[in-house]
Amino acid sequence: MSGTFMGMPAFPEAAREAVDNPTLRGNLRHATHTIRAKRAKAVAEVSDWAELREAGKRIKDHTLRHLDHYLVQLEEAVTAAGGIVHWAADADEANAIVTRLVQETGESEVVKVKSMATQEIGLNEALEAAGIRAYETDLAELIVQLGKDRPSHILVPAIHRNRGEIRDIFEKEMGEWGRPAPEGLTDTPAELAEAARLHLREKFLRAKVGVSGANFMVAETGTLVVVESEGNGRMCLTLPETLISVVGIEKIVPTWRDLEVFLQTLPRSSTAERMNPYTSMWTGTTDSRAADGPRVFHLVLLDNGRTDTLADEVGRQALRCIRCSACLNVCPVYERAGGHAYGSVYPGPIGAILSPQLRGTASEIDASLPYASSLCGACYEVCPVAIDIPEVLVHLRERVVQGGPAVREGNKVVLRPAKGHAAERAAMRAARWAFSHPGALRAGQRLASRTRRAHPRHLPGPGKAWTGSRDLPPLPAEPFRDWWQRTHGGKDGVQ
Amino acid sequence: MRVALFLTCVNDTLYPDTGRAVVKLLNRLGVDVDFPMAQTCCGQAHYNTGYRHEAEPLARQFSDVFGEYDAIVTPSGSCGAMVRELYPRMGERARAEGRGDSLARTLAPVVTKTYELTEFLVDVVGVTDVGAYYPRTVTYHPTCHGLRGLGLGDRPRRLLRAVKGLELVELPGAEECCGFGGTFALKNSDVSAAMGTDKVRNAESTGADVLCAADNSCLMHIGGTMSRLKVGMRPVHIAEILASTEEEPAV
Repeated sequence: MSGTFMGMPAFPEAAREAVDNPTLRGNLRHATHTIRAKRAKAVAEVSDWAELREAGKRIKDHTLRHLDHYLVQLEEAVTAAGGIVHWAADADEANAIVTRLVQETGESEVVKVKSMATQEIGLNEALEAAGIRAYETDLAELIVQLGKDRPSHILVPAIHRNRGEIRDIFEKEMGEWGRPAPEGLTDTPAELAEAARLHLREKFLRAKVGVSGANFMVAETGTLVVVESEGNGRMCLTLPETLISVVGIEKIVPTWRDLEVFLQTLPRSSTAERMNPYTSMWTGTTDSRAADGPRVFHLVLLDNGRTDTLADEVGRQALRCIRCSACLNVCPVYERAGGHAYGSVYPGPIGAILSPQLRGTASEIDASLPYASSLCGACYEVCPVAIDIPEVLVHLRERVVQGGPAVREGNKVVLRPAKGHAAERAAMRAARWAFSHPGALRAGQRLASRTRRAHPRHLPGPGKAWTGSRDLPPLPAEPFRDWWQRTHGGKDGVQ
Repeated sequence: MRVALFLTCVNDTLYPDTGRAVVKLLNRLGVDVDFPMAQTCCGQAHYNTGYRHEAEPLARQFSDVFGEYDAIVTPSGSCGAMVRELYPRMGERARAEGRGDSLARTLAPVVTKTYELTEFLVDVVGVTDVGAYYPRTVTYHPTCHGLRGLGLGDRPRRLLRAVKGLELVELPGAEECCGFGGTFALKNSDVSAAMGTDKVRNAESTGADVLCAADNSCLMHIGGTMSRLKVGMRPVHIAEILASTEEEPAV
């Protein structure tokens, strides 16, 4: 994944900064609550939502189960339609392929459609290193790029910015990248959008190479699909002579008919629209020779940890994800911690189960992500492909603390437990022992009750994590079981 | 019908009043309830923190202790969800690991017989008016595992609305997590505290005297935050409200 995120501190530490930043908290609260309410309304309009959700889940599960078959079918169809298919096992391979393809055109700049896959592999940085400038054309991605920032949301990468901040970024940075912001730019949405439009227009008209991802790839015809709201994608997909699409291998659907499901569930879950304003579909270059569109089309199929993820029975459901962001918008942890704390282009609940699978759990940030959740279940409830995120989180917690079998880079391995959990493991074992011996539990409860007046209000060590923000409940004079035995005689008489 | 109270380790140790309230309430409704003394913990904290293998013996023990009863009632949405939702999953995982059906078979009997208290009252006993009296303004926080895990729906609110003297006021953002989340409260204490503070501020804005929930672990976090923020509200478990009568009002 993108080098910019490596070496991140663990989630709790990274989140602290966001929790203490009132502007960021305000921005995120406003944005997530607004879209949360809109999504709920858009979903409630659809009488067969539950069926659509189930259908989406089944289509994705079926496709993933037969991914080998559909990938080959897709490759054949794309090739037959005049496209060229490349296979990339990891980020480095994908970046090298795209860099070479751009270099072969002789161009030194590309325009980009908003794409999670290219963010995941850090394509912009790789192109930059080869002297190729990649221009983001999605409004929010543009804000992030101009602000030398990192995306903090899948759909709205600049969700952490407010209008005033965006105005300042435009005014200060646009001139460095091309057409400067108009004089006297204010922070009204219309003016900001117009500034971006003018700035981007010259890039659209000049660019000879476009780079995109795709929301879906239809195996039966080799058709790629991009859904978007701004029309920048349509520009990048139709104007340049060469189009390079980098797409994760899990984005396949078998047939056009399957799209019917996702073209309903994705916009409503994502932007709370009944239908997204722009749906672009293209099939190789066959059609475009006669009309508009790129003359050369390359499809780079990206693995980058997906096959490893697919090997895990519980975790593989994460590959059903259609990147709608509904789980981010509803997540109480994301709302307080912000997207950057997740140390990946995939923040929020889906990021917390995707990153530790795509990248493994070796780094501090990745090992901490499965714990970045209160397991409240709101994410699972809104997921349009029914990914049981809490289930996968707990499964990955197990992988972190207990280790166990996994697949990394195509090889079966046995992971060792992550460092830093020895005290917790000992405490869990001790608790299990006490809970397995009711007499011991009772002795402990009695001891605690009898010494209750001596208990400190603020705990030292790990207990500080509780008493730093909350008071402890007063201990009762006797545990329930003592009362029960006094009053009911302990019917089944353990001690 | 032989009914067992699965009080939970947290309630047994820290909130015996809730246990006494459940006994009083069920007895008043003509349900004879037993408290099997060998009960301890369902294993939820172990399981949810990633120690599934430590949780397994606790689940087996739960099944040994409660397997003979016709119904198992618990005043905790999350421990109820542990048994109902996660015990079957533990059985499935054991099977997937090639350890056969033994765990699934051992746990199966308790899964379908376990009820959260408000479910038991509404669905099994068949009452919504339990004859309670509680002259306070109350706002209700639906805890996550009860709401989304067990699907308690409007059962707790229906029970509260039928309580004499009680004025129920809606909690803004009611369905948002309070930030407890078991070990989450310790591992991500900053985020947990921020969520708790927002929950408390929302509760405060209702002007209610009491914040009610059906899970004391969440109330321990919310109440601890209220106390630290010096908010003059009390966290009260729904069992204590439903047990309160004109003759014997809750304090």
